[in-house]
Amino acid sequence: MKIAIASGKGGTGKTTLSVNIAQAIDSPLVLLDCDVEEPNSRLFLNTEYVGEEVVSTLIPEVDTEKCNGCGECARFCQYNAIVTFGTKPLVFPEMCHGCGGCAKLCPQGAISEIEHRIGSITQYKAGKITLYQGCIDVGVSMAPPLIRELKKKIPDDQLVIMDAPPGTTCPVVTTLGEVDYVVLVTEPTPFGLNDLALAVDMVRALGLPFGVIINRVGIGDDRINLYCERENIPVLLEIPNDRAVAEAYSRGESIVESVEGYRELFAGVMEKVEEEYRGAGK
Amino acid sequence: MKELVIISGKGGTGKTSITASFAVLAKDAVVADCDVDAADLHLILEPEVKEREEFYSGKLAHIDINKCLACGVCEEYCRFEAILHDSSGKYIVDPNNCEGCGVCVRFCPSNAISFNDRLCGDWMISQTRRGSMAHAKLGIAAENSGKLVSTVRKNAQELAEKNNTPLIIIDGPPGIGCPVIASVTGASIVLVVTEPTVSGAHDMLRVLKLTKHFGIPTLICVNKWDLNQDMTESIEKSAREHNATVVGRVRYDNMVSKAQIEKKAIIETDAPSAEDIRNIWKNIEKNL
Amino acid sequence: MKIAITSSGNELTAAVDQRFGRAAMFILYDIESGEFEVFDNKQNLNATQGAGIQAAQKVFNMGAEALITGHCGPKAFAALSAAGVKIYCGATGTIESAITRYKEGGLTVSTGADVEGHWV
Repeated sequence: MKIAIASGKGGTGKTTLSVNIAQAIDSPLVLLDCDVEEPNSRLFLNTEYVGEEVVSTLIPEVDTEKCNGCGECARFCQYNAIVTFGTKPLVFPEMCHGCGGCAKLCPQGAISEIEHRIGSITQYKAGKITLYQGCIDVGVSMAPPLIRELKKKIPDDQLVIMDAPPGTTCPVVTTLGEVDYVVLVTEPTPFGLNDLALAVDMVRALGLPFGVIINRVGIGDDRINLYCERENIPVLLEIPNDRAVAEAYSRGESIVESVEGYRELFAGVMEKVEEEYRGAGK
Repeated sequence: MKELVIISGKGGTGKTSITASFAVLAKDAVVADCDVDAADLHLILEPEVKEREEFYSGKLAHIDINKCLACGVCEEYCRFEAILHDSSGKYIVDPNNCEGCGVCVRFCPSNAISFNDRLCGDWMISQTRRGSMAHAKLGIAAENSGKLVSTVRKNAQELAEKNNTPLIIIDGPPGIGCPVIASVTGASIVLVVTEPTVSGAHDMLRVLKLTKHFGIPTLICVNKWDLNQDMTESIEKSAREHNATVVGRVRYDNMVSKAQIEKKAIIETDAPSAEDIRNIWKNIEKNL
Repeated sequence: MKIAITSSGNELTAAVDQRFGRAAMFILYDIESGEFEVFDNKQNLNATQGAGIQAAQKVFNMGAEALITGHCGPKAFAALSAAGVKIYCGATGTIESAITRYKEGGLTVSTGADVEGHWV
């Protein structure tokens, strides 16, 4: 089963929940850190480095001997990643989406594709958790290509927990594709509700079953509960605002290991999710 | 005319809450909300929309099933898993994955695929109780290519030029990807709002690398600093080592959510952290 | 020889547009004949990204051998250089005065971008 933990708003507790739910479950599982712009899961786990692979996209390379400056490639490209001036096309790797169109259509067969590094995927082991962390290089603008590569690590036979990036646009949508269940984490404040509503629109547009966890209950009011009731959205868990948790988090500690009572709480989330997932008729 | 951009790396550190206070403190500024994916600044500044336009960016492919031969070339060529077919052989484009590259359009043997401008969202120009505001809303699952962010910035710049406003204050998005890059390139100065946590420290370093890459002078402040004083000091030391200027600290404050609920900027209330934010603003003005 | 100048209007009395990629329009000026043509820069409105790159393509297609503008970002600079177009940044005032300065050798050829790019 593939469960993604997402939110509209940043800082609601996605990573905290992903890591701690993973730690609270007894069986081996895979944790995928899909927040490739700012991956943080590793900071909270006692990890053993296993290996790293470079992730690249494909960008065009022009054989200037064969190129006759016809400009078809530049006319086709939607991203201004290849421009021609006579016989010397210029490639802008950071603009290229790797669609392969220019290479396919060049009438002279002058364009081949070469690899262009965008980041890396590192594998770690933390007890029974296998962590795959995706990380784009600073200055690389597009996260989805790396997220797509990261998702290829998903095994068929184990529970997978995916720590999604914040927001509701392409990086998150890429993460959530073909996931079985989405847990949306929010906080009981106006910003929290505003962004939760956006995230709900997103998961509904993607046709995925989902539930909500309200984190830091007590800092705001009950608007999230009222919203979920109105919208018929299951509230899987409410976590009270707890300074002890905030401080443990600030030190990079595991909540289930350093604060009493949370192991059962987070283990309970998985049970609730499985119940909801079965109930959603899947 | 100067542009101050507030970013964080890590989400949820308090960028928008602090930006709202700056908007109120600034004598004469245009405000821009460049967090077009999950905009929140309007919840405090309550803009009255004066101008709204649809925003088109990129393209979307669409298969005409009447012309489709079900040859499968489109699905084979698509690099973004954006073309699917069902058991009846009907091919369709998944708009959530389509990146508008045009390959399927070009290579379809029966010209069955049209290529249309893509509506991604709306941008708005508004008036708030503190001046003009440029903002936008990206559609759900839209491509966040940074172009809408650039459009919001351009709108803010035009507003500032028209009214001779000396400062643009920009609420930036989290992360370091294209929307953040679009928010910071060409800016006069960046403020990184971080938090005294291991994640905050880690993410701040990546964002400092980004601002260094673009050659933008960078300031930092630690929000909720008293959650972990050691971590705060370590972050400030790290920031200085990376040539960022520390402009202050904001204490952890339970009253922040209350101000938000009341639709007030923190400095419009008697929340304890208001004093910290005012001090930071004074320091920022010195650096502008 | 023809030179392109970024312009905010369609007369030689218009101000030099300080931007390149997002310039309002280009004036293509023939040094020998003194005649000029005006080209709009509207194609940039529809591009997802890369206004500077598209503008460079346009300048090349116009047949300009040199470009006069206010500022030029790194991608635009790379594209114009690949196109063999000489770039002169730092021009202010009217199109007319920029052309005069150019003829008198008062403008220097740029050896690099003089601003960071924008993400459009």
